[in-house]
Amino acid sequence: MIPAQFDYVRPAALHEALQILVDRQGDAKILSGGYSLLPLLKLRLASPALLVDIRDIDGLDDIVETTNGLRIGGRATHRQIHENPVVIAGYPLLVDAAGGIGDPQVRNWGTIGGSCAHADPSSDWPAVLIATNASIVLHSVSGSRTVPARGFFLDTFQTAIEPTELLTEVIIPRAPRPSGAAYAKLERRAGDFATVGVAAQLSLGADGRISAAGIGLTAVAEAPFAATGAEAALVGHEPNEATFQAAGIAAAAESRPGTDSHGPIEYKRAMVKEMVVRALRSAATRAQAQR
Amino acid sequence: MTTQHIELTVNGEAREADVEPRLLLVHLLRDVFLMTGTHIGCDTSNCGACTVLVDGESAKSCTMLAVSAEGRSIKTIEGMADGANLHALQQAFWDQHGLQCGFCTPGMIMQASWLLARNPDPTDMEIREGIAGNLCRCTGYVNIVKAIEQAATELRAPASTDAPAEPAVAS
Amino acid sequence: MADTGLKETPQTTEAVGGMGHSVKRKEDPRFIRGQGEYIDDLVLPGMLWLDIVRSPYAHATIKGIDASEALKIPGVLAVITGADLEKAGLHWMPTLAGDKQMVLPTDTVMYQSQEVCAVVATSRYIAADGVAAVLVDYEPLPVIVDPFKALEPDAFVLRPDRGPDKANNHIWHWESGDRAATDTAMEASEVRVSEDIYIPRIHVASIETCGCIADWNATRGQMTLHMTSQAPHAIRTVLALVSGLPEQNIRVKTHDIGGGFGGKVPVYPGYVLAVVASLTVGKPVKWIEDRSENLQADSFARDYHIHVELGATKAGKITSLKVKTVADHGYTDAAADPSKFPAGLFNVITGSYDFDNAFVEVDGVYTNKPPGGVAYRCSFRVTEAVHAIERMVDILAHDIGKDPAQLRMENFIQPDQFPYKTPTGWSYDSGDYPRALKKALDMIGYDDLRKEQLEKRAKGELMGIGISSFTEIVGAGPSHDFDILGIKMFDSCEIRVHPTGKVLARIGVQTQGQGHETTFAQIIAEELGFPVADIKIEYGDTDTAPYGLGTYASRSTPVAGAATAIAARKIRDKSRKIAAHLLEASEDDLEWTNGKFSVKGSPDKSKTIQEIAFAAYTNHPAGMEAGLEAVDYYDPPNLTFPFGSYICVVDIDRGTGQVTVRRFVAVDDCGNIINPMIVDGQIHGGLTMGFAPSLYEEISYDELGNNLAGTFMDYLLPTAVETPAWETGKTITPSPHHPIGAKGVGESATVGAPPAIANAVVDALWHLGVRNIDIPMTPQKIWAILNEKGVTA
Repeated sequence: MIPAQFDYVRPAALHEALQILVDRQGDAKILSGGYSLLPLLKLRLASPALLVDIRDIDGLDDIVETTNGLRIGGRATHRQIHENPVVIAGYPLLVDAAGGIGDPQVRNWGTIGGSCAHADPSSDWPAVLIATNASIVLHSVSGSRTVPARGFFLDTFQTAIEPTELLTEVIIPRAPRPSGAAYAKLERRAGDFATVGVAAQLSLGADGRISAAGIGLTAVAEAPFAATGAEAALVGHEPNEATFQAAGIAAAAESRPGTDSHGPIEYKRAMVKEMVVRALRSAATRAQAQR
Repeated sequence: MTTQHIELTVNGEAREADVEPRLLLVHLLRDVFLMTGTHIGCDTSNCGACTVLVDGESAKSCTMLAVSAEGRSIKTIEGMADGANLHALQQAFWDQHGLQCGFCTPGMIMQASWLLARNPDPTDMEIREGIAGNLCRCTGYVNIVKAIEQAATELRAPASTDAPAEPAVAS
Repeated sequence: MADTGLKETPQTTEAVGGMGHSVKRKEDPRFIRGQGEYIDDLVLPGMLWLDIVRSPYAHATIKGIDASEALKIPGVLAVITGADLEKAGLHWMPTLAGDKQMVLPTDTVMYQSQEVCAVVATSRYIAADGVAAVLVDYEPLPVIVDPFKALEPDAFVLRPDRGPDKANNHIWHWESGDRAATDTAMEASEVRVSEDIYIPRIHVASIETCGCIADWNATRGQMTLHMTSQAPHAIRTVLALVSGLPEQNIRVKTHDIGGGFGGKVPVYPGYVLAVVASLTVGKPVKWIEDRSENLQADSFARDYHIHVELGATKAGKITSLKVKTVADHGYTDAAADPSKFPAGLFNVITGSYDFDNAFVEVDGVYTNKPPGGVAYRCSFRVTEAVHAIERMVDILAHDIGKDPAQLRMENFIQPDQFPYKTPTGWSYDSGDYPRALKKALDMIGYDDLRKEQLEKRAKGELMGIGISSFTEIVGAGPSHDFDILGIKMFDSCEIRVHPTGKVLARIGVQTQGQGHETTFAQIIAEELGFPVADIKIEYGDTDTAPYGLGTYASRSTPVAGAATAIAARKIRDKSRKIAAHLLEASEDDLEWTNGKFSVKGSPDKSKTIQEIAFAAYTNHPAGMEAGLEAVDYYDPPNLTFPFGSYICVVDIDRGTGQVTVRRFVAVDDCGNIINPMIVDGQIHGGLTMGFAPSLYEEISYDELGNNLAGTFMDYLLPTAVETPAWETGKTITPSPHHPIGAKGVGESATVGAPPAIANAVVDALWHLGVRNIDIPMTPQKIWAILNEKGVTA
């Protein structure tokens, strides 16, 4: 499998890259780790005229914790995130998700920004960003804007990114403690895309009840989405099995899976419930540990 | 057809080529540099037969453009042995019958070298997860796992053999 | 005479490395250094590339092919269409099964991804651009993917080219055994169990895909075809017959092959297109298929719809077996079975059990799918047979409430019954089935597992234990019954001993990873005492290697291995004469031990095989031809029947339907063992290729004939993570008719593993009323059953 011809540039600075996006509007595609884009090019499912490789732009792969939360550069690889001490210390949901993406080589090179911009409906990061109420920073020549993850993933392979914009950063707010989060992924085999992926985050109030909840689902709709019905079923309730089951049932009802080689609709809905419950159990255990 | 001039290091040697931007790294190695130890087994980044080290990190060379590898240091199976002395992993794959048809072997050895550089004493499951991106159709993996265990033991032993003691990461 | 002694301990020194030594492989130094020579590694001067335009439709009329844009691309030299081939009569070619298949279509495509036309260009990349630029005008036609629908009276005829006498989609009917006697016995059976079992389409998916370089030298009139073939000699003959080129001017060379498993036996259109292209342009032309082409267009395995009925007494003694099967062959029968056996050796389905009455019938059917019916690491439909009988035996055991291990023990053919004539006509050479099963039961701790299962079941946990006690049939085959396209299924070895005592041996079979360079040297070392290090094995060059039918169906050791032993013995016979001359003794006074002839009673009077070799060129007896060479073309007197007992333990996740293989014990008996390390490796690989289709792999199609698993993203080869840590054990029951008592081992585990896994999964669910689950037993399938039974977590 051989890609069609394209031109290639590797700008050294962000403003250069952004200017290229303006100059070659609609023709240009950002190349980051390549593990989403290159297979598409090889299968000739995409044939952009120009690839803009952001490899040499400094500062795009930083992972820093600020008062606003965790800021992860768009070019940070899955492995950088998985092994980052700050992430390990405070964001187990990210560790769960990053460690299960693809295989080791994919994690060495694939990036969070590339994954989100590509917006495969089965990819893992979008569910995490939705569950955590993260926001996504987009830069263009005219400045930057921040889009909530919950308004970012519009449709299959479609996001809120304009053709002149580059995804530079994701910001994951720190959840009020005590909180816990977990990613539960059902895959047919190691390295497979998810049959169902569930990111769940819970915060507990002083009364021990769930004070805030985020549930992001992947692979069970045209795009990853927030299971707001499930979230509503959690908030204000005790973090117990009955609550989790209710949330699972709600999430299954609001998912919109299609039939494919991973299974029929009925199975996927059932797996949404099952994996939501499993993710919530882990998240609750982690939250309790913070009390 | 426009080409771009690239320079990079392959197994410690400076190399250069004029390439189409769309040229895949694996084809640069195989078709341009005629280093055919790196193999191609799929189109979709699943099989890992094309695994090489790029700046020390294992990569599927069918999923990287040659132009994106400009200035980087590539290590392939051809760079593993030191002359007549096999790398501990090569020796271990031979000793443990960790290969049959040999087609996945170069990628498997390169991935294992990355794994051992990061985790010198992996458990059975850590080895299996470490090679989860490399498919083998012949061996059932049992002897590959044994081979990687043997090499790990060997590489951990302080200068006990003539095998290179430093982790197998491209400099 | 046949040496049938047990070879549990090696008879040669480690330095010699004969049978029973785990000699490290002689081929490995090049592979571990990345210096293997696979087809795509070869670059010939002036070489061009060929790439193929393929159909997006499973059935369509080709209304036109517009190559004008492709031909405008600099570097695109030619576009070859079916119309071009038709002029030379090359648009159809014969299949190994005596059917015919298109090289390129002239008017109709019959399956998705079928070759439509070929682009020849100066580079791999430009050829791909050419393919993308060719415009083909298709008019889609109705599609049949279900073989039962294909057999309906009003179904359209897929292959009108077969003429008005064959205006249907039925290819052939084949039967074996005694129908009337089986019906009578079945009627009289106290217990009858029946089941419909589907063994789905799967694909061997060797990590190296297929490819070739055709190199036509017009001046010399020489065609050299470098290719990935498990059967290079047969390819040469087929190519001579199809092309009209004289066979002595065709040379097929295989180089190193990155896995075969049956998928590299057929002749694919790509090979023929490269040959035609090279003949046309007069330059070497390389064709390398990519993974999608490999999974979507190369020959498939299985696709058997089996209805099977087993009769027994109330006590569980099997009395009769009746089988009716529909075999989906796709649009042409391109199977590689011996010509008298269109359903392969499927009638080995009576398995390891002693009963008198069996009847098996199979009907081959056309559908709009790629050609099917090649092996997937198994000898001619044996996997299908073993799966059916081993599933049925388990169902019978569960139905009458008898432990499946006990039921097997009570029905096994006993060791003293060999040679055993089966009701479908096979003569099993040797076996000790109770010993193998007993060993497997002991290794896994069967009784404790059954107790654990009861405890778990009481807690609502799903755990199952499955057994498979299989008998394989390999080593095709005796010339009175076995041929492919008329060529008898002998195999060959030629041994030349050089004056300095070093050996070159050439064999008619072809390694694809099995380690022939090592194991065939070990056979010679065993027979002649030359150290393995002094023996070089060559194969895969039809100009130099003796004719043979190739490596598949576990036939290398049973057939070419026998030829090698016999050729070595011919050399030993001549060596005796030379030794007698050198020692001035009578031949009868000489005895052969440890690589030398010595005079009986005077062990100091001896000549080593190396001394004899030197004398063969320097001091041979008057009247004797100089040299020390021998050739053998071995026609086996019978097939060989490896066997084994496998036990699998599974746990099922009630929430997701996921099956985990917790343990798997495999006790194999492949007769005498040449190299224990390699035998273990073959079993590990075979088990993994039995595990894969049990849980993961399936090539399925939608109603439009679209392949739903056309890349490695959906055709799921197991990784190291889910593949079990296999536990292996052995018994040794030599083959009495094989010169070294060996039986073949490459495929046993692929054949034996799936029913052990399926039996374990069904065993975990039997108490819920589950009788059969077709492979692959995917989470979605298991969950649907749990859901129906109301026991999801």
